[in-house]
Amino acid sequence: MAHDSSSGVNDFGLKIATVNGTGSASANSLLLQALFRMGIPVSGKNVFPSNIQGLPTWYEIRVNGDGYTARSPDFQLVVAMNPESYARDIEEVVSGGWILYDSSRKLSEEFKRDDVSFLGVPLADMCVGSFQGSRTRILMKNITYVGALVALLDIDMDVVKGMLQEKFAAKQHLMDANFIAIELGYDYVKQHFDCPLPIRLETMDETKDSVLVTGNAAAALGCVYAGATVGAWYPITPATSVMDGFTEYCHRLRVDPETGKKNFCILQAEDELAAAGMVIGASWMGARAFTPTSGPGISLMSEFIGLAYYAEIPSVFFDIQRTGPSTGMPTRTQQGDLMLCAYASHGDTKHIVLFPADPKECFEFAVAAFDLAERFQTPTFVVSDLDIGMNDWVIPKLEWDDSFVPDRGKVLSAEELEEADHFYRYLDVDGDHIAARTLPGVHPKGAYFARGSGHDKYGRYTEDSDAYVDVVDRLLAKVESAADAVPAPELHVVDGGSRLGLVSLGGCHWAVIEARDHLIREGVQSDYMRVRGFPFNDAVEQFLDEHDVVVVIEQNRDEQLRKLLLLETSCAKEKLVSVTDYGGQPLSKVHVLEGVAPYLEVATVEAS
Amino acid sequence: MSYITKPAARHPRLPTNALGLTVRDYEGSMSTLCAGCGHDSVTSALIQAFFELDVEPYRVAKLSGIGCSSKTPTYFMSEAHGFNGVHGRMPAIAAGANAANRDMLFVGISGDGDSLSIGLGQFCHAIRRNVNMLYVLENNGVYGLTKGQFSASADVGSTSKRGEVNEQGPIDPVTLALAVGATFVARTFSGDKAQLVPILQAGLTHNGFAFVDVISPCVTFNDHEGSTKSYAHSRSHMHEVVETDFVPLRAEIKTDYAEGAVKVVTMHDGSVVKLRKVAEDYDPTDRSGVVDHLAETGAKGEIATGLLYMQEAGADMHSFRGTTDRPLVDVPYAELCPGSAPLEELQKEWR
Repeated sequence: MAHDSSSGVNDFGLKIATVNGTGSASANSLLLQALFRMGIPVSGKNVFPSNIQGLPTWYEIRVNGDGYTARSPDFQLVVAMNPESYARDIEEVVSGGWILYDSSRKLSEEFKRDDVSFLGVPLADMCVGSFQGSRTRILMKNITYVGALVALLDIDMDVVKGMLQEKFAAKQHLMDANFIAIELGYDYVKQHFDCPLPIRLETMDETKDSVLVTGNAAAALGCVYAGATVGAWYPITPATSVMDGFTEYCHRLRVDPETGKKNFCILQAEDELAAAGMVIGASWMGARAFTPTSGPGISLMSEFIGLAYYAEIPSVFFDIQRTGPSTGMPTRTQQGDLMLCAYASHGDTKHIVLFPADPKECFEFAVAAFDLAERFQTPTFVVSDLDIGMNDWVIPKLEWDDSFVPDRGKVLSAEELEEADHFYRYLDVDGDHIAARTLPGVHPKGAYFARGSGHDKYGRYTEDSDAYVDVVDRLLAKVESAADAVPAPELHVVDGGSRLGLVSLGGCHWAVIEARDHLIREGVQSDYMRVRGFPFNDAVEQFLDEHDVVVVIEQNRDEQLRKLLLLETSCAKEKLVSVTDYGGQPLSKVHVLEGVAPYLEVATVEAS
Repeated sequence: MSYITKPAARHPRLPTNALGLTVRDYEGSMSTLCAGCGHDSVTSALIQAFFELDVEPYRVAKLSGIGCSSKTPTYFMSEAHGFNGVHGRMPAIAAGANAANRDMLFVGISGDGDSLSIGLGQFCHAIRRNVNMLYVLENNGVYGLTKGQFSASADVGSTSKRGEVNEQGPIDPVTLALAVGATFVARTFSGDKAQLVPILQAGLTHNGFAFVDVISPCVTFNDHEGSTKSYAHSRSHMHEVVETDFVPLRAEIKTDYAEGAVKVVTMHDGSVVKLRKVAEDYDPTDRSGVVDHLAETGAKGEIATGLLYMQEAGADMHSFRGTTDRPLVDVPYAELCPGSAPLEELQKEWR
């Protein structure tokens, strides 16, 4: 990209500090969308409390013409709308930066800093003068700061007004109010400050083939396209919007136009245990079924996950990870469920796990998960996180191949059963470790007893050691054979290869590639592998083999990806090190650079 | 090893049903429960009920949780699809399975540990959801497989085999089911096949969650003096408040009941259930009256039995959800996947 980011044009971080429940979320989305429509690569990170109204909340917008959209390493401009969090918000601005605050009340001297510029705008006073009713005044204050930012940052006013016209097309009075508010902020700032600031925007052409969407919405749409008909769930942050999305898209795309009846069934369960049971019941019958949840839900579902593993019921679980353990910090992100999902449930179990890095992969991996679950007749996890799931991301437009045929795996038809002498549910007849299954109600010969108790390869109850071992050994071989079917790792390799390898997964990817590019500019060459699926395939093992030092970058305290790699590959323990970040915020390149610094020496040695 | 296949020998003159099947075609594996277990009588009643209803065995989904009761789906209808799930969680599997394929006939077999302790929540919510299924609770007041602990249905003052006295009040599944909105509630006794079979048949025909509490004595751990779930106690304290006669659709409707004393309920498939009130003033369609009557008989130490309550017109899980009449598993993928054009269109909103 030909773009000069050193000037501050299209390259800055903006943080907006508000109070939860005051309507700032829609103002902030408006802002993000406006920048996106100006063709500029941008990202928005919502840092919100586990609360409906009254607690501090922040929205971070990163503008980066070079396309780096990981969490902003620093903030040049802070919009400080919440006196309660003034102290830390003002602290957060880089030296030489700007603070936009509501000057309706005088800013206490204790918050003043000499190295930043304070831009006081009497937002509350202006709204009191222009709007009736306290609710409207509070809401419009948000739009007024958007107006101020339009002037300060040179946001395209036509774009902003166009969006308001679309949004309030049917509500003229709201459109009028929003227009007034936008102009209030805009005019005041134009009159009182030099506009625009040195950090400002210039229209680009980088987003025309992109969309702005959350991972949860994309995952939900993936479930629709995969042909899922049964969704069962229990509300939990940050996974709830997966089912909200599935509900919305099904109502739009899956209602029979003639009868008005639904080609889907969504069940809000009494708890996560029941949600998992419903998925297993529906999958047993032959439907594609799934449940979205977060770590606490996976803990509760673990008993059922073991049942699905052992009885070989295809089932799809979305884990939108949040900060654990226990209730943890429900509105903060983490990658703390890697081990949990890989081996959920008691006894010997192992599962297929997919790690999307952005909403595009949430969509694609959702579709893939159903195919994998049915092909291997086993629970399959899509492990996303709060940052990917709930924040708006700029991603390439989603595409769909109309020739796609779902892989239902080995399911015997009525005709096949009619011709068969016998059907034995757990008999591997062709040596690929996968036994054919039947669906209930298809043919009398297809009947078998699904059970979580000991069974032999014929599907009969057993307490016989050899018969038991025979089945569980096949299960292990079966799940391990999925290594070649899960998405291969994404590799970024320098010419000639480096002796330093970086490994990461999920949403960490964006900070890692930014940090790696930064290091390359400084002359430090490294190779990078993003793991996308578990069990690990040979390419993962090979990457570990080929590097002298491998730094695993992940967002949990216990180095879970590193430990999984050590458990599941023959990699030597000494050469695998971890850089962890687990405070609950999306990863930024700063963390990565700090973390990898001790291991860079090897990168300067010629690759052998 | 507790899996024993029954020999397939058949008496040549066994009567057949409309499908040309004999009662033997509705049997399963040999029971591995203790000799004399009440649960085996329930199994036998189920076999008869299915046989007489001309049910295609492979169109039946039989589900259970964990415990002695939950073993019994193995003992009937080998050609039905079985699912022996995890403890107390059968209702969720049944709800999901029903969501996916509403045309199957669902029967869940549970016990008092399964339904009233570990799975109490799922039991209640399956009722609220009105999952279309027959739900049989084989109730013996005791944990059999773990050797005789009290269950949540054990009455105050009943003694265990070891002589312990239960002091915690019981959860009565019948009252509970009524309280959470069940549309079909019955209580019967495993030793009374004449009462059990028509109730099971009515339950299988009911459109919604049909709950049948079957007092089913545990011969090994709970059939002694001091137990209120023993054969002797059940026989002497049972009080039939309503007699049930089930008339399948194809059968001629008999008219041997006096007007006024009989409540005739037409099931959604056109079959008829006739409820003859034995107790005076008993109306099995009046929920609050039923609750009062149960409280009165309970206070006298009597066990009210029969098809105690039914409401045939209720909406089941699918009506609540507006699901298509076709089983979802039969909807072809081409109708489920919207294709590339709507994806393109939808993404305009993400600009």
